[in-house]
Amino acid sequence: MVTTSEIAVESAIEELADKQPFMAKLKEFMRKQPLGAAGLLIVLVMIFASIFAPVLTPYDPEANAFEFMLTAPNMSFLLGTDQFGRDILTRIIYGAQTALFVGFTAAFIGATVGLVLGVASAFFGGKFDLIFQRIMDVFMAFPLIILALAVVSIFGTGIQNVIIAITIPFIPRCARVVRSSALAIREIPYIDAARANGFSNARIILRHMVPNVMAPFLIMITAFVGQAILLEASLSYLGLGVQEPVPAWGLMLQGGAEEYVESAPWVAIWPGVAISLAVFGFNLFGDSVRDMLDPKLRSQ
Amino acid sequence: MYQYIFKRLLLMIPTLLGAAVLIFFLLRLIPGDVCEIKLAGAGLYVDQEQIDICRKDLGLDQPMLAQFWTFFSGFLVFDLGKSLWTGREITYEIALRFELSLQVAIMATLTAVLIAIPLGTISAVKQNTAIDYFVRAFSIAGIAIPSFWLGIMIILGLLISTQAWFGVPWMPPIEYVPIWVDPIANLSQLIWPAVATGYRYSAVATRMTRSALLEVLREDYIRTARAKGLMEKLIINRHALKNSMLPVVTVIGIEFAFLMGGLVVTEQVFNLNGLGKLFVESVTNQDFSMTQALVMVVVTVFIFTNFIVDILYAWLDPRIRYA
Repeated sequence: MVTTSEIAVESAIEELADKQPFMAKLKEFMRKQPLGAAGLLIVLVMIFASIFAPVLTPYDPEANAFEFMLTAPNMSFLLGTDQFGRDILTRIIYGAQTALFVGFTAAFIGATVGLVLGVASAFFGGKFDLIFQRIMDVFMAFPLIILALAVVSIFGTGIQNVIIAITIPFIPRCARVVRSSALAIREIPYIDAARANGFSNARIILRHMVPNVMAPFLIMITAFVGQAILLEASLSYLGLGVQEPVPAWGLMLQGGAEEYVESAPWVAIWPGVAISLAVFGFNLFGDSVRDMLDPKLRSQ
Repeated sequence: MYQYIFKRLLLMIPTLLGAAVLIFFLLRLIPGDVCEIKLAGAGLYVDQEQIDICRKDLGLDQPMLAQFWTFFSGFLVFDLGKSLWTGREITYEIALRFELSLQVAIMATLTAVLIAIPLGTISAVKQNTAIDYFVRAFSIAGIAIPSFWLGIMIILGLLISTQAWFGVPWMPPIEYVPIWVDPIANLSQLIWPAVATGYRYSAVATRMTRSALLEVLREDYIRTARAKGLMEKLIINRHALKNSMLPVVTVIGIEFAFLMGGLVVTEQVFNLNGLGKLFVESVTNQDFSMTQALVMVVVTVFIFTNFIVDILYAWLDPRIRYA
């Protein structure tokens, strides 16, 4: 039995199939979304840096070298060293690993849990939906950083707990958006058809509704990665996130940024540039993904 | 309409209760408490007896539900209790810092509006030109740059530029002075944190202005206005901008409530003794009564702002009718 959704999915797959070579497509994307292409480039550079970190730099990101303490940028330390004599460029390159790991994990888990909860809430409707929405309201009433701070103070610091702290505030935000799309889908006849076929609720939710709310889900994920990187940096900066000696950009600013801002400004400048560039790249890319996926904006 | 307002007000109660339950029990999950930090903080050995006495004094030995009731019933009559750390009334501690945080929040919102509306308008009118791309990149950068780092960079910039121009590095005043006592000292201290937070918050509003204006510019009545030969400036200012301000007002309103959260980090950088700093301190000291009181204040402000924004919405757009 072929449902409308399957037809839609098939035609979408056909569209995606290689009709034009990859390079031509890339050119098309760059022409239509120059900002998005710039963002993608930044993201790719970041991924490259984090994979090839050990090859790219001769230094150890964690070992102290007090003889080189607070060296100004020169030929052997391109961006200078910090108060422990560690090369800043090395720590920034390794920091990309931390940022990407926290960013992708938190965004993916948060958005996926939100996706399932949001669709389920729309599908069941009625009292379940009402109560669920009130619970989401409660979570949404907390500013992101305050909820994350509360979670960190319970579970303690460290990278896994930071991920938990960042994931939890994401869930209601994604659930809310996905629910509103799923509400519209619930009214389409193929859901009735699936019910009439006697499919289980879980099957209807996962096989028939979830694939049709992929656009808002993907938009949320790309938006979340940037936010997660920023939140991790903020938490680490407050001393509540990733702990020394793990190389993380926010942590690099916590150690000495204000203290050395006058005597050794490179300690304060470069990690911030890294954070800003990374989040900037993900946001640019996420924006153009949204423009492409949102039919309302596509027609412009 | 009145019925709607009444219904919304009633709906606030479960949200507030939920927030109170959530924050109260979340805090109780944290291992250790204020007594241990207070007494063992100096690194000295303390015996269990002293900790027990301290707990008894602060009411921490009471059953959970009793503690919760004291907290929530107090909150309903605006009695927030005493700080477990300093022992002073929480309302006093908050009032002490409220003025500073409120002023930074208002100044940051003003900065955001002053950046967002002109830039968003230009970006929409010149859609897909170099100016548009520049404005969009500028506003996305606003979300990407961490405000604490922007703060550090502003301080660095001030230091370097004053050093170059006057020979002596200028430092912002450390003590907070109310604006009516010494406006210059007050503004020179608070303008930089306001700019750092305001730039960040302008980003969302700029993008909202752009997309709302783009939508309105495609309306029939804009075409009519163009067809009758109206000046483009008039079309934008009188016809388009006014009608696209609705979502912008919403965003600015909601952002205002969230400024409180944004201030947490900024106050740390600029060393301002405001509500954000109080919050971080209360978390590190495990001063439960202070943390939960502050969270409830933020949540209440947020819920009320949302409510007012919704009412404002109906007022700005008479077509919207709440039933």
